[in-house]
Formats: sequence, C-alpha cells, structure tokens
Amino acid sequence: MNTATASRYAAEYQTIAPALPGQSLPWLQALRAKALEQFSAQGFPSPREEEWRYTNVSGIEKKLFSPSVSLTIGDVNAEWLKAYQLQDAWVLVLVNGHFSAELSVLDGLPEAVSVMGMADALAKQPDKVEKYLGTAADQAEHSFIAFNTAWFTDGLFVHVPAKVVLDKPIQVLHAVTGADAMATTRNIIIVDEMAEAKVIETFISRDGVYAASLPGAGAAIGEANAYLTAAVTEVFVGQNADLTLYKMQSESEKAYHFGGSYIKQARDARFTHHNFAFGSLLARSDIHVDLDHASECELNGLYLGVKRQHIDNHTRINHLKPYAISRELYKGVLDDRARGVFQGRVIVAVDAQKTDSQMNNRNLLLSDDAEADTKPQLEIYADDVKCGHGVTVGQLDEKSIFYLQSRCVDEETARNMLTFAFANEMVDKVKIKGLHDMILEQVLARFPQQGVNKEWL
Amino acid sequence: MLSIKNLHVSVGDKPILKGINLEIKAGEIHAIMGPNGSGKSTLSHVLSGKGGYTVTEGSATYQGKDLLEMAPEIRAREGVFLAFQYPVEIPGVSNIYLLKAALNSIRKHNGQPEVDAMDFLTLVKEKVRLLEMDEKFLYRAVNEGFSGGEKKRNEILQMAILEPKLCIMDETDSGLDIDALKIVSEGVNSLRSPDRAFVMVTHYQRLLDYIKPDFVHVLAHGQIVKSGGADLALELEEKGYSWVEDNQAAA
Repeated sequence: MNTATASRYAAEYQTIAPALPGQSLPWLQALRAKALEQFSAQGFPSPREEEWRYTNVSGIEKKLFSPSVSLTIGDVNAEWLKAYQLQDAWVLVLVNGHFSAELSVLDGLPEAVSVMGMADALAKQPDKVEKYLGTAADQAEHSFIAFNTAWFTDGLFVHVPAKVVLDKPIQVLHAVTGADAMATTRNIIIVDEMAEAKVIETFISRDGVYAASLPGAGAAIGEANAYLTAAVTEVFVGQNADLTLYKMQSESEKAYHFGGSYIKQARDARFTHHNFAFGSLLARSDIHVDLDHASECELNGLYLGVKRQHIDNHTRINHLKPYAISRELYKGVLDDRARGVFQGRVIVAVDAQKTDSQMNNRNLLLSDDAEADTKPQLEIYADDVKCGHGVTVGQLDEKSIFYLQSRCVDEETARNMLTFAFANEMVDKVKIKGLHDMILEQVLARFPQQGVNKEWL
Repeated sequence: MLSIKNLHVSVGDKPILKGINLEIKAGEIHAIMGPNGSGKSTLSHVLSGKGGYTVTEGSATYQGKDLLEMAPEIRAREGVFLAFQYPVEIPGVSNIYLLKAALNSIRKHNGQPEVDAMDFLTLVKEKVRLLEMDEKFLYRAVNEGFSGGEKKRNEILQMAILEPKLCIMDETDSGLDIDALKIVSEGVNSLRSPDRAFVMVTHYQRLLDYIKPDFVHVLAHGQIVKSGGADLALELEEKGYSWVEDNQAAA
C-alpha cells in the first residue's frame, strides 16, 4: 500500500523535477535521485516500524499533495502573515515552500552573516551547502527525510560566522495557502565557533485558529485546508557557540505536518530548542541532537491537542563524548479525542563518561477519550553517568482544585487555571518578548477550555 | 453565626463524626481539640466543603443558611475561610493574582465593585509587613517552594485580606517553630473582632498560649465529649487525652 502511494509521487516527480533548485549541481542531483529511489521503494513510514508504532500516516497516503513549482503570492493576505511576524527580527518568508524576497525583511544584517532562501544558497554558495546538506539528517532514518531530500523546493539557509553575536532573532515563516498543497523545505543553520544566534521556525496557514481570531481576518480565512508540510532542518552549532531554536507549529486543523530537526553540536556548544506543537490534524516532529565533549542541550516542548488531533514528538539525544549535559521537558495537554505521543531516547555511548542527563514528560488528560502514549528510553553504555527520566499521565489534582475553590474560585475556573498554569510553564521559558506574547495568544486562542485569563501569570 | 446540630459524617461506609452539636456566635473563639483520628480535620473539611465526605444526618446553619448545601467557593464568598493544615502549592498561578481574584469575587458576591488596583496593593503590602513576610512572596506562585512556616503565614495573609466572618483554622500550629507561631498568632489576634468567629482545630495546647479561646471542646471518637473554658485546654495538657476518653468510657 505504501509503495503504491510512492509510485504515484514518483510518476509525478518526473514532471516536477526540472523546476526544483540545484539542477546544475551533480552532487545534489545524485542525492535527490538516491532519495527518490529510497522513497519509491519504502513509501511513507509504516506503523510496523518501531519509531512509528504510535503514528499512522495512512491519512497522508490517501491524498496526493502537489508541490507548487514556483512562487505565487497572489493569495497571501499580508495582514494575517504580519500577525505572526515578529517586529524586532529579521524575517524570511516561505510561501508554499518558496522564498519570497518581497515579503521578507532582511535589511541591516551584518555583512558576514548569510540569511537567504535555500534555492539562492544553492546558486550562490553551492560548495558550502554541499558541505552540510544531508550530513546531520540521515535519510536512511526514515522515508520522510528521503521524501524531503527528493522534493524540497526551497528553504532557509543561515550562516553565522565565528564570533558574531546576532542582536536580533531570525524568524522564518513557513506559510501554506492552498488546499492539497505540499510545502517541502530544506533548511540549514550553521553557527560557527563562539557565535550566538536565535532562530524561530514558524509554521502557519491562513486558516490557523490564531489567524482566525485576529480582528478583521474573518473574510480572508475560509475553510480549513488539508495540505502537507515536510520540513527538514539541519543545524550545526560550532565549538563554544550558542544557538536557541524555536519552533511554533500552528498549521491548519486539517493539515499534515512532518518536521525534523537534526542538530550536531561541537565541543562546548550550547543548544536550546523550544518546540510548540499546536496545529495540524496529524503532526510529527523529530528532534535529534548529537552532543560532543562538554556540550549542553536543553529540549523543551509543549503540545496542545483537541478534537481528533494527533501530535507526535520524537526526540533523540546522543551523548557521544564525555561531560555533556542534556535537559529535556515535554508537556502535553490533551482534550476531546486527541492523542499525544512522546518518544524520547537518550543514548549514552561507551566513551561518554560523566554524562548528565534528565528527561521528563508530563501529560494532562482533560477528557476520558484523550490519550497519551509516552515512551522514555535510556540506553546507557558508559558506567559513570548521571541519567534520570520521569513520566506522568494524569488528571488535575483534586486537592489543588479544592484549594482554589476555598479561595472563592469556582470549580470550572479552577480547572482552567490549573490547566493553563501547567502549559504556561513552557511558554514562560521563551525570553523573546514578542514571541512569548504571540505564543501566549496562541495558547489562549487554542486552549481547549474557555475563560482562561492572562492575568493568572 | 454557625449552628451545628447532630452532625453525622461518613467517609465511604465508615462513620467519622457521630452527632456533633456546636453553637458559635460572632466574636467567639472556639478551640476543637482531640487526639489523632478523633474527627477534627473531618469537621473542618466538611464545614468548608471538601469532597469525599457524606453527611448522613444533622445540619450546619451559617448565618441562617444551609451551609452544607453550598459549593465550596460559595461558602468562601459568604465569608467562610479555611486555613489549611497543608496549604497546596499551585505552580503557575501567582500569589497576588489569587488574592486579588478571591477578594474581587467576594466583593462581586456582595454587590460591590472591583477593588481599585492601587488600594489593593497598599492593603496587601500593609498586611505583608504585619506578618513579617517578604514582598517577593506576592509575585511567586501560590505556596510554591515556600517553607512550612511561609505557607502558614501565607494562609493568614489571605485571611487578613479576605476578612472572612468565620475562620476555620486546621492545625495551624503544626510545622511552626516558636517565632513563626508568635507571628502567626499575632496575625490572628489582630483579626479578632466582635463580628468575626474562629474555630481552631488543634492537637496541642501550645497555640492556645498565644490565641486565647473562649471555649474549648474535646473531640473523641467523633463526638464532643467535654466542653469548657480556656482552662480545659490546660487541664488536658496536664492529664492527656486519655483522661477525657476514659471519662467517656466510664460514662
């Protein structure tokens, strides 16, 4: 069944391929050919694969999504786009998988810093792209990565050279406008030695819940669209460098989202990831981090599921060398018939002595039909390490509800307060004010229950 | 103010309170003493509306209304305040927000407008000084990471701001060192007023050295077995609970 879908895509590929970027680059053509071959043989991942056992992507297979071969921004309503655009940031806009110079705001970047669309990068700096593309994300991992390699139309390319500290964040807006569209982007972020940067990946559609809540947006919104986003981001954090990567996924409620972030950290590098998974009918994120000597990573996540949403987050932290530190906290709030999946693996290699690792996943179920599947895994091959993990799946604490009631708060409000407070811990970790406020608005707009009040903060 | 008549309460099939009778008037302080398992905490929980208890018989009338019919938050808005033995930590909700929300919902219940933000801050800061608390506690999450003594002070702070009519204090002295006990007691004493009543549930007499009760009731096996003045507490301290329990057995 999987391969039948794959061959439909393969048949279509021949007509699309000439429009994909990097035609004149033999190494990329070879990479794409190999990826297409792999995808054609395997199709999309099957629940029979251990890493996909909780997530069935057959909904994607039933449709045939079509990539747009060129940039069409005619139906992009700049108003809803602006609502997601941070004021004090460099902003790169991708519409249906294509870079739009017109909508992007990249003035005033330090000269040595590159922020551009991937198609431009392949034209202007092909050698640098070749050096990195496909080296952090292993397409043998699963066929979504192969799919992305074969089909990507554009993406984000960021290079921050050594010792450069960016004073503003870089935001990339992945906007999808059409029904049955396919937005396949490949992104590369390179932060060299002792450099510092903050990058924000924002996945949005014009019929997102947040967009719909904007004043005056009503007319532009329309029906929720089914479409497919497949984004692969490869991240390279140099020695002693510091990168914070944010991901806010607010796709349409009928969308399918695959997003993979694959991070390689050099010695003493620091990497922080904040993953907010709010949208999509079915969303899967992979976050894989390779840690070198004494490097540190912090992975934070918040997923909010309502109706029949299925939100899956897969993290893998590879402690490859000694003295590295990893901290991970993922929280989920699931209502209605929503399902949340957390699979977190920490692998400590034989050489990785003095590893210090903590992984936690906490889930709040607001309805009897909601489901959380959580699977933390520690694989430790070294003998002198400090590793821990914790998992909870539960309802609100009745003692806390009574305490609030005894302080005049009615029961429903008490439940909302506690639920909101549970989620807000993750929002509070975001230190970019504009982004923090936007995510907070998103939580309030999407929150499963009514009557949540910002003043509770 | 509060009239408890023949109150019987069970947890599951197990009867805990077996016919409590108590009349509490405005301005009075009643101490409920008793050994562990006598039903002291059950009484304070039932009066404040905690779930998990079944009233099988009897009544509790508060200011002419059926107290047991009211939801916990309505009791609170009507002026019943429970100071918890173990105040609950509420991560993510700030202390000052909860104080303000609680005060405003009482005001709304009484048909009054919301409190002015500046007046509120002045009021809160004055009470914080009285209880020798650090102002930073106001901006922290409710009880989160507070020490035992800080949590109890926070309960009294809430009480001082909400100005309840009936204060039920559940084992307020437990976990307090002598300095904290003095501060908490001074806080309570400053709230004594002719139109406010206190019910202090306590295992030990030592709290009563600082807050002098008008009446002392001894609870054993779910019944009030002896009532008297403040002296009864001293006598109990001296002779132990076995004294009243033995008397009850003999009778």
